[in-house]
Amino acid sequence: MVNVIKLRKGLNLNLKGKATKEKISTELPAEVALVPAAFEGVVPKLVVKEGEQVQAGSALFVNKNFPEVKFASPVSGKVTAIIRGDRRKVLCIKVQTDSEQGYIDFGKKDVSSLSGEKVKEALLEAGLFGYVNQLPYAISTNPTTEPKAIFVSAFRDMPLAADFETELEGNEEAFQTGLTALSTMGKVYLSVSVEQKSTALLNAKDVEINAFDGPCPAGNVGVQINHILPINKGEVVWTVDPASVIFFGRLFLTGKVDLQKRIAIGGSEVIHPCYVETIVGAPFSTILQGRLLHSEHIRIINGNPLTGNVSSLEDYVGAHTSEITCIPEGDNVNEILGWISPRLNNFSVSRSYFSWLFGKNKEYDLDARVKGGKRHMIMSGEYDSVLPMDVYAEYLIKSIIAGNIDRQEQLGIYEVSPEDFALAEFVDSSKMPLQKIVREGLNTLRKENA
Amino acid sequence: MSLRKYLDKIKPNFQKGGKLHVFESVFDGLETFLYVPNTTSKSGSSIHDAIDSKRIMSMVVIALLPAMFFGMYNVGYQNYLAAGTLASASFLEVFCYGFLAVLPKILVSYIVGLGIEFAWAQWKHEEIQEGYLVSGIIIPLIIPVTTPLWMLALACAFAVIFCKEIFGGTGMNIFNVAVGARMFLFFSYSSKMTGDMVWVAQNSLLGLGNNLADGFTMATPLSQIGQGLAPNAGISDMVIGLIPGSIGETSVIAIAIGAIILLWTGIASWKTMGSVFAGGIALALVFKAMGMTSISWYEHLFLGGFCFGAVFMATDPVTSARTETGKYIYGFLIGAMAIIVRVMNPGYPEGMMLAIFFGNMFAPLIDYYVVDRNITRRANRIK
Repeated sequence: MVNVIKLRKGLNLNLKGKATKEKISTELPAEVALVPAAFEGVVPKLVVKEGEQVQAGSALFVNKNFPEVKFASPVSGKVTAIIRGDRRKVLCIKVQTDSEQGYIDFGKKDVSSLSGEKVKEALLEAGLFGYVNQLPYAISTNPTTEPKAIFVSAFRDMPLAADFETELEGNEEAFQTGLTALSTMGKVYLSVSVEQKSTALLNAKDVEINAFDGPCPAGNVGVQINHILPINKGEVVWTVDPASVIFFGRLFLTGKVDLQKRIAIGGSEVIHPCYVETIVGAPFSTILQGRLLHSEHIRIINGNPLTGNVSSLEDYVGAHTSEITCIPEGDNVNEILGWISPRLNNFSVSRSYFSWLFGKNKEYDLDARVKGGKRHMIMSGEYDSVLPMDVYAEYLIKSIIAGNIDRQEQLGIYEVSPEDFALAEFVDSSKMPLQKIVREGLNTLRKENA
Repeated sequence: MSLRKYLDKIKPNFQKGGKLHVFESVFDGLETFLYVPNTTSKSGSSIHDAIDSKRIMSMVVIALLPAMFFGMYNVGYQNYLAAGTLASASFLEVFCYGFLAVLPKILVSYIVGLGIEFAWAQWKHEEIQEGYLVSGIIIPLIIPVTTPLWMLALACAFAVIFCKEIFGGTGMNIFNVAVGARMFLFFSYSSKMTGDMVWVAQNSLLGLGNNLADGFTMATPLSQIGQGLAPNAGISDMVIGLIPGSIGETSVIAIAIGAIILLWTGIASWKTMGSVFAGGIALALVFKAMGMTSISWYEHLFLGGFCFGAVFMATDPVTSARTETGKYIYGFLIGAMAIIVRVMNPGYPEGMMLAIFFGNMFAPLIDYYVVDRNITRRANRIK
């Protein structure tokens, strides 16, 4: 019997365009690109030059502050371009894929016989360690941290998010190997949803399993940590995306860096939403080709509509991308007298609209409009009603806006990540960019504490 | 969509560099009033709830309408009753008289208050905030019908500037704007706010209503109680609201309709509202048991501004306590304080306004201690 943790607060959004279980395989794209921005908090330092030949698993760049943390190329081929943005910031490193893929052989290893140090070394060597994230700050971690625990959330419950059980099919062995590898470095907590049935999850070994019963954002690892093992100042908890656990497992099982993953494509602007077999770094243009309903006034999101980044067809599958969603942009919509008209197709948690009449089964097709002007915080309790954490969200946000670091620490900023505030940002009647506020607050705090 | 095209056509005039740039906030206010802004999110969440502060404020105004319309009727009713011609007047005559008496107050309140809001928004290059839509209708409803318009204008200006804008606008203010206006009038022109001369409209308007004799007096039930007399109104009049008093505060039924709208839409907190009543009932029972008040607990709730304050003013989310636990304490404090002022202070027959003012003042302190418990709990984890 696993420990069941029941959460009451939150909100399940029922959006149109959920991915069906169908899986579509794609060919290896002609060009892939690794995007350093997908590794939050990493300042990239290039270790390859344009024209250089790389193998799958060769480092493309390293973390400038921790050069031992390398980031592996997903494919073998020739580095064709290094795209830079403002102040020469590296935006992406493009690699033209070889027709015959070559992998660096890191050697098969039996993880159960390895020490934590050896596992860490192997991950660093293979350029995968950067896939481990940490709280506080919600960034890619570094090898000098001593984790109090390692958390893996095996379910995603954001709207239109990929279902991890579907991703897991066929990767069960790699997933278990990955968990065992992690368990050598710290105690691993695996969080599952009460609705999940996969035996690879429910019978996972070398981990403590906790089941969560509650609406979104119960799948957020930050929320889970807050209920199982809250973080105090000075402590570090590693958080690992379940898809990354599979990458780790493959490394030890095959000795190769294999960054193939199954991602969901969904949203109301996608024809036939489904799962796609692809690889980290694959261009969106090849994945979404022929799958979009419209070519204009749409928003392509790298991730789900609540936490994903605004993106375009020129973007690439990021290290932690589990789904690509497309919704209407809404910049050509003019709704008249919105403050009083019934607006039956709009969703609201407030009963001043009528979405409560249609029940939970109605699927909504929401666009990217903010639907109101930004105001000061007016209504109270909105954030707390969708944040199942022992944190006073409004007060934390205010302390971040005010730049009061002592107060942020007192109110628990080390326990939160921007994604925890995604639903609060959705329901906020004052339309404040909460995720941005939290991210900037965390970045400032990290600099101050460095 | 020709209106949309027209707006798009004239929009550049109001943007930076345009010749009407000084009216940018006004144009923006009008545009967002007509159309839901179609700006899309650039960062963070790509989707948003349809609720915004325009919708919220509109709902509160809708919730206030029953009290406003009943208030108009009651203004006429009191005038005709005082003149003794009630029996011969039709419902329409009575209502229209009240309508004519109240409408200028609402107009003055909105013109003065919104005028300052618009000017301020333009000065600060901000969007116009909707908060005054609610304050602007509450203020005329919580004053006696005989209040001169210039006083009302002064009070609105004072309240908007010194209770709201200097703090940074809606969402940053400490004191409820309507309470601020009422306090200003009460302490500046107390003879026009209290006493027995102010509660009934005295003059006929456009041939409607009656001119009452100079020096006509009519006490509110609460002031009669304050003077140790028995109130001249029965329970049914108190509940329906056919008693002298401030324009919108007399009818328990009309206010209850508003309360239902606010609670159902979730805009007002049932915790705050409920605990104001709980606090009032508790103290009224205590005073009754001690023999210090002659009326029962429900009469205390039905009379004066208790219901109106509890439903529409104590629940203002900005100036009330913001933590869920804090709301219980805050509400109870207001309810209790209102009855304490009524019963124990011989100078003030009504205490709701002062109680809400004190509640506003203590709300940050209440929240401070509620949040502090969370901070302490977090700090204790390390030990």
